[in-house]
Amino acid sequence: MRPDLLPTEVARVGPFGFTDTLLATVVLSAVLVGVGALLMRFERTRAALEVVYEGLERSIVEGVQIDARPLVPLVLTQWVFILFANLLGLVPTLSSPTRDLSITASLALIAFFAGHVYAFRAQGVRYLKHYLEPNPLLLPFNVVGELSRTLALALRLFGNMLSGHLIGAILVYLVGLLVPIPMLLLSVLTSVVQAYIFGVLTLVFTASSMAVASREQETSTPQGAET
Amino acid sequence: MNAQDWIAVASVVTAGLTVGIGAIGPALGEGRAVAQALEAISRQPEATDRITRTLFVGLAMIESTAIYCLVVALVLLFANPLL
Repeated sequence: MRPDLLPTEVARVGPFGFTDTLLATVVLSAVLVGVGALLMRFERTRAALEVVYEGLERSIVEGVQIDARPLVPLVLTQWVFILFANLLGLVPTLSSPTRDLSITASLALIAFFAGHVYAFRAQGVRYLKHYLEPNPLLLPFNVVGELSRTLALALRLFGNMLSGHLIGAILVYLVGLLVPIPMLLLSVLTSVVQAYIFGVLTLVFTASSMAVASREQETSTPQGAET
Repeated sequence: MNAQDWIAVASVVTAGLTVGIGAIGPALGEGRAVAQALEAISRQPEATDRITRTLFVGLAMIESTAIYCLVVALVLLFANPLL
């Protein structure tokens, strides 16, 4: 049975424990940034990456009603990072940093604050109006809903990845070598789908808070055309 | 058996019940969602891309209820605050 299911502390700085999942996150970020910078230096790989980027950008922008182009870097970063973080569990002796609730919670917090920043940038303080829709009486429900979906974002990724690791560990413990392989295939699927879901949900949530101004413009333009 | 042992017994039994009962609802919901999506695809094959995309997001949302049950069970088994 793999002993590393729960995050273990490798170093301690004052009151802060430095776990192996955090170490994996930092190293993975550095590797991704480094490989990305390296690939961008060569003309061929750069052109190939740009094609991929444009395809993904199109699929993101087509998915929502508003102009989502400013959100593309955020969502793509989440996709790439969470995908590789999830797939790290397939490498022998390594395991996914996303099986740690602290890591997924920080990813969800990034999504939460980024949503507010992008909505503020798109339309100033007016974006807060979406809390009062469809009726100001629903303000508490909107606030609780926003907090709970951030929590859900963290728990969903954490639960899926930890359960994948747990099932793999239990099967290895019970039957040994060959039987866990179908579960590994399933965990590849889970890794890809969960990374996709995380990005798309961030996109949808942020887009819904950015939508206030564009909806107002849509309703005001026909009236302006009439007069 | 003292009180601590009873808490351990209750935690294990409850963890099993949590996952077992908690899996019923999402399973029914996901089955319905997939069945509806297949019906929609067979009726409108050209919309397959959009339907699949929406289906995956929806399935993840449904599945998160099962994941909450799993998290509660895991807390009961591995990080029980009462023990």
